[in-house]
Amino acid sequence: MTQKSKLRSSFAEAVADIPDGSTIAFGGFAMPGTPFNLIKALMEQGAKRLTLIGNTTGGAQKPRMPDIGMLVENGQVAKVICAFTAATRPTDTLPFTKYYESGEVDAELVPQGTLAERLRAAGAGIPAFYTPTAVGTELAEGRETRVINGREYLLEYALPVDYAFIRASTADTAGNLRFHRAQRNFCPVMATAARITIAEIDNPIVAAGSIDPDDVHTSGIYVHRLVQVPPEPEGLWPAKRQERKR
Amino acid sequence: MSGTKGLNRQQMADRVAREFQDGWIVNLGVGIPTMCSNTDIGDRDITYHSENGVIGYGAVAAEGHEDLNLVNAGGQNVTLKPGAAVVHHADSFGVIRGGHIDATVMGAYQVSMNGDFANWKLKGQKGGGIGGAMDLAACAKRVFIILEHVTRDGSSRLVTVCDLPVTARGVVTLVATNYGLFEPTKTGFYLREIAPGLTVDEIRAATGGVLTIADGLKQIAVDG
Repeated sequence: MTQKSKLRSSFAEAVADIPDGSTIAFGGFAMPGTPFNLIKALMEQGAKRLTLIGNTTGGAQKPRMPDIGMLVENGQVAKVICAFTAATRPTDTLPFTKYYESGEVDAELVPQGTLAERLRAAGAGIPAFYTPTAVGTELAEGRETRVINGREYLLEYALPVDYAFIRASTADTAGNLRFHRAQRNFCPVMATAARITIAEIDNPIVAAGSIDPDDVHTSGIYVHRLVQVPPEPEGLWPAKRQERKR
Repeated sequence: MSGTKGLNRQQMADRVAREFQDGWIVNLGVGIPTMCSNTDIGDRDITYHSENGVIGYGAVAAEGHEDLNLVNAGGQNVTLKPGAAVVHHADSFGVIRGGHIDATVMGAYQVSMNGDFANWKLKGQKGGGIGGAMDLAACAKRVFIILEHVTRDGSSRLVTVCDLPVTARGVVTLVATNYGLFEPTKTGFYLREIAPGLTVDEIRAATGGVLTIADGLKQIAVDG
């Protein structure tokens, strides 16, 4: 086997070479699939002027786990591309919001399905696409639209990234991944959109061939570095959300 | 507070859930819409879709039986029904944009009489919270909105024209408030059913635009 091993012994090692100014996509929707350990390692690594992509900037739920907002608070972020710059409940305030409102950090607000499709397009060699989403809204103002078969569509561009940080349940040494339940979310499309995908893995990494090819969710061709998540407290795992009273 | 008149939150959700037909694929938004899944609608088989790619989720998991890697769009730890499937996010929104969602139920700040609605950004706010709302609003076969009829300061949420940034235009097919069940008709709101304890005059006074009333106006049936 001439290919260099994809296994990394620590999260720090897996993120050590990430330069300032990188664009990084983070998988995850609520807790499942969020690469808490890689985010924490990136905070310690200290790369700056980052552009970060994720569903939300985090911090709306308790307990708070490593999220985009923490990297913002750590002074590492220039811009965020996400589906929420504010919380769903207007009475909630995200930690990120004050940095955005003061202009310290830029943001691009993208409908969630458009965000997923822009990443998918980037990984699939589609430079742009038309979508009915956001037509007639403030987001479409001044942008290119086109009427196809009598319906108006908005032009959206592919969103390639330098790195994807994702979390999966199982990996083999070839980098083939399986996700458990809602862990999958954005992770597979982010892996295809990235030059380098780094995956944190719940279970011990198995030998190539141990996952039946029919059961692979993300092909190892998209996955470059693997780190197994150690047990708590050294490793970070999804926690039960604290329910809030209304 | 006038907001406490009429139906409570679960009763609004119940009324909307009773619109669901056997075999429908339904997406429930965060908040009151989630409560539609508590409604007893007999043996009608509904498949609940969540933005994160979970197709066919069931009840919230019992304490101590949660799978922390299984959540609905609201981040609640849910269970799966037999026949459930999980797809990735781009495929999940392919379900939405592809027109496979029979109904989406969402909360909103405002609905206008031509079927526009606003639910992602407050007045003067920088940015907002869109999530999957714009995709669902633009592409689901039916858009059902649940909201309190009036704001805390007493102004109507059913308006002639939305003055908040809209989520989509002309898409709302049904509106359930604590006062009644309405359809936007382009020229006004059509009151299909009235909540117990409310009068047509009260509703007219609390509704923006023209209000038309169903012949033989029925009262909304309330459980318990």
